[in-house]
Amino acid sequence: MCLGVPGKVVDVFEEDGIRMGTVDFGGITRKACLEYAPEVEVGSWVVIHVGFAISTVDEEEARRSYELLAEMGNLEDIDLPQTPEGVRAEDYRPAGPAEAGG
Amino acid sequence: MRFVDEYRDDRIALALVDEIRRTATRTWTLMEVCGGQTHTLIRQGIDELLEPEIQLVHGPGCPVCVTPLALIDEAIAIAKRPDAILCSFGDMLRVPGSQEDLLMARAAGGDVRVVYSPLDALEVARRNPEKTVVFFAVGFETTAPANAMAVRQAKLLGVENFALLVAHVLVPPAIVAILVSPGNRVQGFLAPGHVCAVQGWREYEPLARDYGVPIVVTGFEPVDLLEGILMTVRQLEEGRHEVENQYVRTVVRDGNAPARAVIDEVFETCDRAWRGIGVIPKSGLRLREAYRAFDAELRFPREGAPASESELCMAGEVLIGRVKPDECPAYGTLCTPESPLGAPMVSSEGACAAYFLAGRRRVEAPA
Repeated sequence: MCLGVPGKVVDVFEEDGIRMGTVDFGGITRKACLEYAPEVEVGSWVVIHVGFAISTVDEEEARRSYELLAEMGNLEDIDLPQTPEGVRAEDYRPAGPAEAGG
Repeated sequence: MRFVDEYRDDRIALALVDEIRRTATRTWTLMEVCGGQTHTLIRQGIDELLEPEIQLVHGPGCPVCVTPLALIDEAIAIAKRPDAILCSFGDMLRVPGSQEDLLMARAAGGDVRVVYSPLDALEVARRNPEKTVVFFAVGFETTAPANAMAVRQAKLLGVENFALLVAHVLVPPAIVAILVSPGNRVQGFLAPGHVCAVQGWREYEPLARDYGVPIVVTGFEPVDLLEGILMTVRQLEEGRHEVENQYVRTVVRDGNAPARAVIDEVFETCDRAWRGIGVIPKSGLRLREAYRAFDAELRFPREGAPASESELCMAGEVLIGRVKPDECPAYGTLCTPESPLGAPMVSSEGACAAYFLAGRRRVEAPA
């Protein structure tokens, strides 16, 4: 959860008084808070930590770090269904590293 | 040499390896603090490429690993309450408490849910007003802005059934604890790039000066790590001890100002116990008075016997860099990611899991 996952902002909107956005992580889209990245707009590449944009990146770096994170199994839980009730623990299937073992 | 095959940047990486070896006139021991950096180093075999000139030891930067046992037990106790829902990041589910983990609490009838963001936990609270919804707020400075925002929104929106079980830890006090620990051998630090994206590096400057250690803010890609190592080694060879920034494309000296402002509004520093290490002064965050009503530890005071750890597990020694994961007698035999004795074998950021996933074998202890 310390590395964050790069994604592209595809929508910006306000919700409950704070600036939010939709972020595309290689085809999976997630809602993320943009309060800490006031400069970003639609089309910006950002690094998302647990649903919050903390910094911006360029597209090339985003691609590189995404591949590295996928290989490490460190893509946080971006593929977690973002339902209003959360995911029940027994239904949780973490994404492991792309290839484990030597 | 895996990264030679897999990375387009292999020529740059190998040039950096050569330059590091040329620069080092003796053996230097460096610590990377962040567990994500540990995974890159081990998976790419960078540590083995640099030996013997450079010894890399791995730091405590795995939030799941250092969350104290007592708080895991508290989370499990809350999860089992009929009047509560425990929300967590997914990687906490299998971290062993003294008797069981959160998945077992779920199997015993507790309501445990995984969320991607603390704001999602706030939404669970709004939809379940008859329950207290507790979010297990673990992590370093990188998750603090998110957890702070969730509490701030709960207060603004009047969501009174939302609470945080706060286990936040901070990197700079941990670096001090390692530097003053008996037998410390770390001579330079790679500071965690994404933590510094939030906090900047001003608070590392007195550490470099007062303890005479180079600290280089470093990213997590292979080339970043090699460049951070080279910058640290150059300082050591030249007798300098400063904070330098390798990760210039992401980190500025003052960090992320809006994020720091919300952290400061919601949290204050406190002493915190680190799993396997013990209490480190001023190394944690807790809710400020104005937000204390959202503190799960006050709503559900702790009960039961004090927590106890596995006697075999050497996680504490691993977390401060005194032993490497493959030197632990339980590594890979009694302790595996499937059946972990300690948290560093569970988490995607844990050093023991990094070694195991890279296929490292246990090192026999010298006779």
